Amino acid sequence: MLELVIISTLNGVLYGMLLFLMASGLTLIFSMMGVLNFAHASFYMLGAFFGFQISQWLGFWPAFIVAPVLVGAIGALVERYGLRNVHRHGHVAELLFTFGLAFVIEELVQMIWGKVPVDYRVPPSLDFSAFTVFTTTYPAYKMFELLTAIAIFAVLLAVLTKTRVGLIIQAALTHPNMVAMLGHNVPRVFMLVFGVGTGLAAVAGVIAGPAFVTQSNMAAVLGPILFVVIVVGGLGSLSGAFVASLLIGLVQTFAVSVNFSISDLFAGMGYTPAAGTILHDLWEVTVAQIAPIIPYLMLVLILIFRPTGLLGKRET
Amino acid sequence: MTDTAKIGARTAQPADWLGMARRYGAWLLLAAAFAVLPKIFASGTAHTMMSLMGIMIVFALSYNMLLGETGLLSFGHAVYYGLGGFLAVHAMNTLAHDALPVPVFLIPLVGGFSGLVFGIVFGSVSTRRGGTAFAMISLGLGELVASSSLILRSFFGGEEGFSTNRTKLFRVFDLSFGPQLQVYYLIAAWCLISMIAMYALTRTPFGRMCNAVRDNPERAQFVGYNPYTVRFIAFCLAGLFAGIAGGLAAINFELVNASVVGAGQSGTVLLAAYIGGIGNFIGPVIGAVLVTYLQVMLSDVTEIWQLYFGLLFIGMVMFAPGGIAGLIFMHEPLWHAGAYRVLFGRLIPAYLLALLPGLTALLGLILVIEMTFRLMVKASEGTGMSFFGVPLDAAAPVPWIAAAVLLVGGFYLFRRTWPLIADAWQAAHGEVQQARRRAA
Amino acid sequence: MNPAIELVDLRKNFGPTEIIRGVSLTIPLGERHAMIGPNGAGKSTLFNLISGRLTPTAGGIRFKGEDITGHKPYEINRRGLSRSFQVTNIFPRLSVWENIRCAVLWSLGYRYSFWHGINALADVRQRTEQILEEIHLADRRRIQAGVLTYAEQRALEIGITIAGGAEIILLDEPTAGMSHAETEDAVALIRKISAGRTLMMIEHDMGVVFDLADRISVLVYGQIIACDEPAKIKADPAVQQAYLGTAVAA
Repeated sequence: MLELVIISTLNGVLYGMLLFLMASGLTLIFSMMGVLNFAHASFYMLGAFFGFQISQWLGFWPAFIVAPVLVGAIGALVERYGLRNVHRHGHVAELLFTFGLAFVIEELVQMIWGKVPVDYRVPPSLDFSAFTVFTTTYPAYKMFELLTAIAIFAVLLAVLTKTRVGLIIQAALTHPNMVAMLGHNVPRVFMLVFGVGTGLAAVAGVIAGPAFVTQSNMAAVLGPILFVVIVVGGLGSLSGAFVASLLIGLVQTFAVSVNFSISDLFAGMGYTPAAGTILHDLWEVTVAQIAPIIPYLMLVLILIFRPTGLLGKRET
Repeated sequence: MTDTAKIGARTAQPADWLGMARRYGAWLLLAAAFAVLPKIFASGTAHTMMSLMGIMIVFALSYNMLLGETGLLSFGHAVYYGLGGFLAVHAMNTLAHDALPVPVFLIPLVGGFSGLVFGIVFGSVSTRRGGTAFAMISLGLGELVASSSLILRSFFGGEEGFSTNRTKLFRVFDLSFGPQLQVYYLIAAWCLISMIAMYALTRTPFGRMCNAVRDNPERAQFVGYNPYTVRFIAFCLAGLFAGIAGGLAAINFELVNASVVGAGQSGTVLLAAYIGGIGNFIGPVIGAVLVTYLQVMLSDVTEIWQLYFGLLFIGMVMFAPGGIAGLIFMHEPLWHAGAYRVLFGRLIPAYLLALLPGLTALLGLILVIEMTFRLMVKASEGTGMSFFGVPLDAAAPVPWIAAAVLLVGGFYLFRRTWPLIADAWQAAHGEVQQARRRAA
Repeated sequence: MNPAIELVDLRKNFGPTEIIRGVSLTIPLGERHAMIGPNGAGKSTLFNLISGRLTPTAGGIRFKGEDITGHKPYEINRRGLSRSFQVTNIFPRLSVWENIRCAVLWSLGYRYSFWHGINALADVRQRTEQILEEIHLADRRRIQAGVLTYAEQRALEIGITIAGGAEIILLDEPTAGMSHAETEDAVALIRKISAGRTLMMIEHDMGVVFDLADRISVLVYGQIIACDEPAKIKADPAVQQAYLGTAVAA
């Protein structure tokens, strides 16, 4: 039991970290530019597929460096030549542009790599078990993922708080017009933030690809969860995104291992609802089976009790 | 004193026969067109496609009640469409099983009722926020319902869904509604009713306040309106009509499964409404017709038609955010001012001149995409393909060079025609200004 | 008789910053009251508090004797208080006619009706016509509000404010950015629409203030340092020092 708790906590934190890798970039872009990048999960997917393809040609470690940079560059180009032109039509148009982008990226990925999962594997150098918790071995690759995520956050925090660019970004987060009037090239900062944000999502993809499945529906599966994370955390709040990522990561991971249902609760009472009714479905479903929709249930709860999100301050 | 007399004179409305004929005449014309269309396009495929268009028109118009009228961008509107369909199927099966005297043409009411109820339930939490937050919430709720389909198997029927038989319901005038033509008329009738109802809604105090809340929700508060209430009512009514569309779909396909509430279906109606134009009532109608046509026809021509769809959508967002209807109505001031000479003499010829190189460039682009597709995905099946009837080898350099010439050359010439269009518009503006001065 | 507006030790903080620090003010019904003061004094913030756009940190606001502290803007508006905005806050994509029409609907009782055909409602049409005439925009009625000239938009702004027939009108710098001629027109309009109503006005144009106001309050750093008739305010040395400058044109 304790073993299960420890393993689930590790996995949950890992999942949460990956979510935050994406949610942080998304929040930075949203806070700064006011546009919610609907295609953010698509850049995650591109990271995974580029990582796969490059590791086929050059090996995992070159892919680890090259893929996120490549995807970040694509992101910067998208901002420069696409998003910037749509900006004048308003936020709805920007959101729709990124929606169309997500659509097209999914089609392109399907076109190039097909619909079945690709064989993106853990590199042999990391394919061992790091340690053992009671009877279960914990793979080193997952530790690598965790350490990479933490390292990236440390670097990001340092850049944001200790460098000049970081200060400008922090200022432009809340007062882009003012920053522009102080002579800083705000459009260039936007391009940088968009490129870095999407690059972060790509990093998550590169490292998550081997552990989870790399398939052309990745973005469609993870995208909604990502947006739930930022709504639950509070639109525009980095700390909220952090808390929500961890929360959802842990809750979903723990839920998957719980094979408990309402019928187990009332097992001794001898009552079962008639088969073929909704009540029966709800009675028999296990917590593990509803794990995929737990984020959405949390969304509904937050909306009812705290519409601005856990740590949110912005009213859109 | 004189002021009030002047006001009185201006607002007194004698029987405005021309105005009335214009207003109601359009609907009568539409009804006549609906009635006559299946005679003009008499094939079975045509009847099927027109039925699909009818369903999509209702769905897209209901979507525009949210987006175009109230400024609410929803990524999960298919929930109300799909749940309407599910309830309709269950109702049809129950009615047939218990042999109750309810004819099939009343089933869309079941769909509508379902859409309304779920609209109220989900709308109460969704519409508390507007803008981006609302969009994300609609996405999350859509996923919630779509994912629930695997849990609530008794309602959603798991992966296979539920089927039904529309001919098994109570018959009035011996109409079985088995043949597609009869289904078409059923759909056309409901489509007309829904269109009239949704149009009428825009002409009410509530409808006007939807526009006000869309434009400036804050100011709407300071004239006495609660934006949340306005959005909530709009949401419920949009759900109602989406449910009607879902009911029509249930009758047409005699099958529902979880895909009707899914993100794909929500995305399709968004695309249809937007491409058609969200700023005009007729926009979603155009979009629905076009998208249905492309969906049915293009999927036979190329496997990657969805990609073209997405590219078209992005193109519209970037260059024509008003959609097709927006592009057409851009010329309305010219028509209104009577500037026919400029319109037909300079502007439209300029468009036609630009169309030729534009289409050429487009052709080049499509060729590149199709050849890439063949090389990347279908290489195992050989690199030979047929492009608009012309056989070619995607691995050979010649087609690539040809594509490059078409694309680059076509685009270059296309850009050269832009000054012509700009000049024509300048002249048009001049004419409109003149007409306004003459009228003033 | 209850005063139109009563502010009782009103306070508003934004984080640690105190913007409004204890404002108490009573405005009787029918008065034309001007609020002046240097930039940053908190005048617009005060308007935002009264109209419900912001919630006070402490203190109370009473409207005709009823407590409206913390009420939503639409609740306050429905009771009969209407305000204009310093930065023009109209419905840009609607026509001038539609802008005014939206502002008359609630007061005529139509609420969220989706069962009335709006073009058939004679009272809506008449009232909208009337307002359009008053603000001299009747022949611009079909123009989209977003493309009007600045002065026309300011007129429309006032039009939207008065369209609902509110008894108490708050105008936030109505003549800002106007030329001399436009200001004269605006003053005439304000005088006409405030007949029989209570008016509260933020203004920087001293000519307008002394022309229209029955009483003037001077707000400096979130506190009222003086509140009296125009002549006495002009002569008050504290006001002169804080705002008018020591050499005041008579």
